[in-house]
Formats: sequence, structure tokens, C-alpha cells
Amino acid sequence: MSEADVRLKIAKRIAEELEDGQVINLGIGIPTLVASFAEGKDLYFQSENGLLGIGPPPTEEELDAELINAGKEPVTITKGASFFNSADSFAMIRGGHIDVAVLGILQVNTLGQVANWAVPNKPILGVGGAMDLVTGAKKVIGAATLFTKDGSPKIVKELTYPISGIRTIDMLVTDYAIFTFEDGEVGVTELMGDLSLEELSERIGITLKWRGKND
Amino acid sequence: MKQKVVDHPSELSSIFKDGQTILVGGFGIVGSPLTIIDVICETDVKHLHVVSNNLGDYGMGLHQLFIRGKIDKATGSFFTINKEAVIAWSKGELEIDLLPQGTLAEAIRCGGAGIGGFYTKTAVGTELAKGKEERIIDGERYIFEKAIKGDVAIIRAKTADRLGNLTYHATARNFNPIMATAADIVIAEVDEIVEVGEIDPEHVITPHVYVDYIIRTEYKKVGDRFVRS
Repeated sequence: MSEADVRLKIAKRIAEELEDGQVINLGIGIPTLVASFAEGKDLYFQSENGLLGIGPPPTEEELDAELINAGKEPVTITKGASFFNSADSFAMIRGGHIDVAVLGILQVNTLGQVANWAVPNKPILGVGGAMDLVTGAKKVIGAATLFTKDGSPKIVKELTYPISGIRTIDMLVTDYAIFTFEDGEVGVTELMGDLSLEELSERIGITLKWRGKND
Repeated sequence: MKQKVVDHPSELSSIFKDGQTILVGGFGIVGSPLTIIDVICETDVKHLHVVSNNLGDYGMGLHQLFIRGKIDKATGSFFTINKEAVIAWSKGELEIDLLPQGTLAEAIRCGGAGIGGFYTKTAVGTELAKGKEERIIDGERYIFEKAIKGDVAIIRAKTADRLGNLTYHATARNFNPIMATAADIVIAEVDEIVEVGEIDPEHVITPHVYVDYIIRTEYKKVGDRFVRS
């Protein structure tokens, strides 16, 4: 499976988690792809730069340079959309009014705390809304390929990347499995790749608990 | 009625002085007062402390002010896109105060609302909480963040009436309405200026009390870009 297909597979699975009526914030990267798999659902996408009701990318006629998403790409708006200032936008985010934030993550520890805003040994000069979203959304779904390009697992005993906040995420969707984090234990609710629970435990170096349906 | 409308951008030059803290609206360059930034670029003003989400984008806006060596310090949430700023920071030529975007916005809102600071859960336990006071409220950890105020705020709006009431357009609103409240002098760059009474009071986002000067923008939208007309 190509890297692009892997990212689409993760995005598609996350889209299944979203429920009618929810207000969703999608981060940059894999999360952005989720929207295209959620068509037909009654969802409201929020953008941190002051928009509730992101629509599809614009046609040439619809293009408005002053209508962008958090990734600074041009967007359209849906019926019932609203604009608001940045303080109101983050009141919405920090104040628990976003039902689900889908965030790309770099690392997650066994508690479910994530690193998703900076890499070690590089200047830390950008955070944007990452920490606010991790802290404030009602539910946080992490999106990531399970292994880095050099094969290291992104689920780790201790974060080596800078932490984004003390809040723990609700679910991590990867190309191999869906993970949950409870009581310091990493659980698997669904296998999505060609590795078994035991094989995954071995590759990650952490004993994983089966928390899915028993067959 | 005080004359707030400025006919020529250069008339604004004398407002800017060495060492000022300037709040600059915009998310990237969307909602950024590009014409007013050009005015500052042409002055001899230096040692500025700029408060803005980014330092411009696509080589435009605050990027132009930055490469002219006028910015000593930047407070914002996302500077990674500006390579030159990253280099200047590593050489110690640019001081950066990095804040989560929501903390930046709320600090400005507080600055304009007469509030000295606030406690937030965002960034607790992270590198951005270092040196900040922590407090437990209802069993949860919060850190203290100080309010932000400016000497001058330069903002971008859509329509102004001659009194200074403002409306905004789409996501060009972003930080502008809160910055309008948080500085001693506020200059609004707009697409159009209308007579008093022409903006429906229900549509006014920034009431005129906050606005000191109004100028027409010299930029127009061409596709997904902004070009000087």
C-alpha cells in the first residue's frame, strides 16, 4: 500500500467514528483527509481562524482569498456557517464546545498524552492551535501511521518529543490498529493491518491489551 | 465628528515610533493590514515589538517589516513558516515569545477588556508553561497568562463608516476585532468607507469607540493572492 493510500485508510476509518450533528475540528495532515470520507453525514467543521461550517474547496468562480482554513488553503462555506474572531474561536475550542478534534500526532505515551507540535533539537517557533485543541475538545482522536519512516513506533513509554498537554486522547487510529489508553494500559479495539496483537506488542515493545469485541 | 479618515497612507507615518509594541491583525496575510505595514516599512522606525499570529507569509506583510530589521521582538503562535525569522532567532537577533494561539487571542482580549491576565489549562505541563505560575482550580491545573496591550494596533476590516464602525469579511476577521480593543491608537485599513448610518447597527462588529484612524486599502484580491493596486 502506498503512503498516500495508508493515509487515506486512516482518514476513512476515522470518518466512521464521526456522528451526525457533531462539531468537528480537523488538524493538518491526515485529519484534513477525513472530511472527504464524511460526506452524507450531518457534520459541522470548525476552523480555528474563525469559521464554523467549512465547505468543499472552491471552484475558480467561488475562490475568495479571504476565506481560508487553518492550513491557509482556500475553502467555501456551508449553509448555516458563521464567522467569528480568534478569541471566540478559541473559547469554542478551549471551552469544550467542539465535539471531536482529529489531530495528527508525532508520539503518544502509554497514558495517552501526545506530542504533536514540535520535534526535538529544532527551534520551537510554532504551536498554533495544537495545544488548545488537545486541551479543550470534548473528544480527541489521534491520527498517525504507527511507525516512523525508520520503523520506530509512535506509541512510546516516555515521550521524546515535546508534550502538547497533560490531557490524554480518547483514541488513536493508525494503519495497523485502533488504540485506547486507560489506566496506564494501551488497549487495542480493532486490528486494521497484517500484524496480530502479539506481533504489534512485540514491534511496539509494550504489552497491548485486547479491548475489542471478542469473536 | 472627529475626522478619522486619512486620505493618504503616508499621513500615518508619524504615529509610529521606535520601541513601540504594535498589534497586527491577520492569520498569515489574510486579514493583515498590508497597506499600513507598507507605511511602516518606509519609515525609519526600529526596535519594534510586534504581536501577531505570524510574521507574514509568502514574503508579504510583516515579513517585509522583518527583513528591514525593524522587529526586535515578536509575540505570536506560529513563526515556523518564516525561515528568515527562524534563522534570526537562532542567531539571537530576534526575540520570540511563543504562545498557543488561543492564549494569544485571549491575552489580547483581556488587554482590551481591562483584565490583567487569566488562568488557562492550555499548555499546562509543556515547555510553553515554563516559568509561569500554576494554580489548581476545582481540581484542575491552570497556568497564568498576562494580558497583552499595544501602543498601536493596525487592523484590517471590510467596511468602515466615517465614525469608525467596522464590519469584516469572512476569515479576514480573525484577530482584528480583539486587537482593535487592545491598543492606545487603532488604525483600520478597509475596502470601503461609507457614510454614518449606512452600516446596519446589527452588523457592526467593532463599534467606533475603538477606532482612531481609517484608511482605504491599496491592495486588491486577485485569485488567491493580494496585489498592490
